Amino acid sequence: MARMKFLCDADRCIECNACVTACKNEHDVPWGINRRRVVTINDGRPGERSVSMACMHCTDAPCAAVCPVNCFYTTADGVVLHSKDLCIGCGYCFYACPFGAPQYPRVGNFGSRGKMDKCTYCAGGPEPDLTPAEYGKRDNGQFTGYGSNRLAEGKLPLCAEMCSTKSLLAGDGEIIAQIYKERVVRRGYTSGAWGWQTAYRETIAS
Amino acid sequence: MAMMRAPVRFLAALMLLLVVAFAVPAQAQQPTSVNPQAQSVKEQELLKELKKIQGRGTLPDARSEVIEQPAGRDWRQFHQVTLRWIGAIAILGMLALLVVFYLVRGMVRIEGGRSGRTLVRFNAFERFVHWMTASCFVILALSGLNVTFGKELLLPLMGADAFANWSQWAKYMHNYLSFPFTLGVVLMFLMWIAWNFPSAVDFRWLKEGGGIIGNAHPPARRFNAGQKMIYWVVVLGGGAAAVTGYLLMFPFYATPFYTTDVAGMQLAQMVHAIVGVVFIAVMLAHIYIGTIGMQGAFEAMGKGEVDVNWAQQHHSLWLEKEAGKGHVRGGGVAPAE
Ligand code: HEM
Ligand code: SF4
Ligand code: SF4
Repeated sequence: MARMKFLCDADRCIECNACVTACKNEHDVPWGINRRRVVTINDGRPGERSVSMACMHCTDAPCAAVCPVNCFYTTADGVVLHSKDLCIGCGYCFYACPFGAPQYPRVGNFGSRGKMDKCTYCAGGPEPDLTPAEYGKRDNGQFTGYGSNRLAEGKLPLCAEMCSTKSLLAGDGEIIAQIYKERVVRRGYTSGAWGWQTAYRETIAS
Repeated sequence: MAMMRAPVRFLAALMLLLVVAFAVPAQAQQPTSVNPQAQSVKEQELLKELKKIQGRGTLPDARSEVIEQPAGRDWRQFHQVTLRWIGAIAILGMLALLVVFYLVRGMVRIEGGRSGRTLVRFNAFERFVHWMTASCFVILALSGLNVTFGKELLLPLMGADAFANWSQWAKYMHNYLSFPFTLGVVLMFLMWIAWNFPSAVDFRWLKEGGGIIGNAHPPARRFNAGQKMIYWVVVLGGGAAAVTGYLLMFPFYATPFYTTDVAGMQLAQMVHAIVGVVFIAVMLAHIYIGTIGMQGAFEAMGKGEVDVNWAQQHHSLWLEKEAGKGHVRGGGVAPAE
């Protein structure tokens, strides 16, 4: 089985937010929740870089470790998913996550955050693949379910598929690391595999 | 312009000269290309400097502008390992200590038995506040410990769905009962503060082991040094639990002066959890002395009245004063008036 990872080549990201839009549209993600976002550092100064960030689907994920009801599970592809049926909305996964990935429907005063939501790597949730229950409902302020399950259809996450400069790569960690290494050799410098050291305890030698 | 007068022409020439003079070095300063490997954009360097990487985003939520903060891994270590050790040692250690103590010392009895004469120790309001706070405390403690240890101890027994359900209810109880608990702590603070300042009597009481360790019965006023310590643990521990607890309950609370960020939430959780487990350990000792540890003690908070001999043994100075006011009743002895 592949070990799925994300890789954002900061040298190529042009902050077009296509990945963000693609994600919102594909999963019908409501207002206030953003599974993916683009952040620009050194904005307007030399050395400006943009990075597209979402759940990195960490190895030995901190969110899963701290969850008091153990509602996370890792798929055979290395994708970190969770069950909204079990989640009690305590917010601990957000405190533990190095990438600010977990999101909540409400601000959370009074323990009323609601069920946590985050990037699923377009791999749905614990319900049977490609069912309406897995996709979930979006009406009356509800946000049940997990959105579409592209992985079950043999497709990769839409954010990376949409990326206009192919800055954001998704797929088997070995393969995307190889693509990135070739780029580094060709252009003569690295831009860093953002988040890899923290998420996967490894970086891409180049 | 032929009509331009000489000084004006001179000024114009000077300005042109200045513009050229400044423009040339400015052009020379402009780098031919942006160095893509500038130190400022190296992830590991940025992390070393600031422990988190923050930039500008397009979402209204400021928290989304932090792209990376590996500190979550340290917090995880605290929550999953350190806290569990602290909690297990504090709570199980205290339980073991109390069991051993009970086996060695047994129940501290009223010497010479009961006199049959009693005096009021806590009035109805005091007892109401005590039991309101105490019952909230027990539920807060159990629902709190469920967050720390539940998934190891209960989840295997209950199954995922039942455990998640129970945890959701436990969370609601923890959240809502925090209000009567906090009110109780405030009321206790106000109604008993007058008797809880340390005094010279307390040092002697402590030196003589308080009559718990050893058999001496050092004099004490309404509250002895041990009870004063419990009082301050409740007031300060309860206060700390409430402040950090409300920070957890109203996450990322924003004021003009201070806004809680993720690091702040982690800190609030750490303080809350340590205060919580230590508080529980201390309260176990308090419950022990109030029940099986000492004969005649429970009545003080139960009926509100204690036996005169009990008072003589444990709070001699308080008894003297109360007897002087004629507050002792029963047993056919005329009130001292
Ligand atoms: C006084 C008001 C209190 C408030 C507002 C409060 C609030 C909270 C909140 C919001 C949490 C996070 C978990 C969740 O969302 O359910 C929590 C956890 C916890 N609380 Fe409290 N609490 C209070 C008092 C106490 C007291 C008195 C104790 C101890 C007897 C206690 C022990 C704990 C423990 C052990 C945890 C779990 C820590 C962990 O493992 O992360 N709390 N509390
Ligand atoms: S990025 Fe955050 S939410 Fe995703 S697996 Fe890692 S810790 Fe969990
Ligand atoms: S918010 Fe939900 S998923 Fe996150 S740690 Fe709490 S219970 Fe687990």
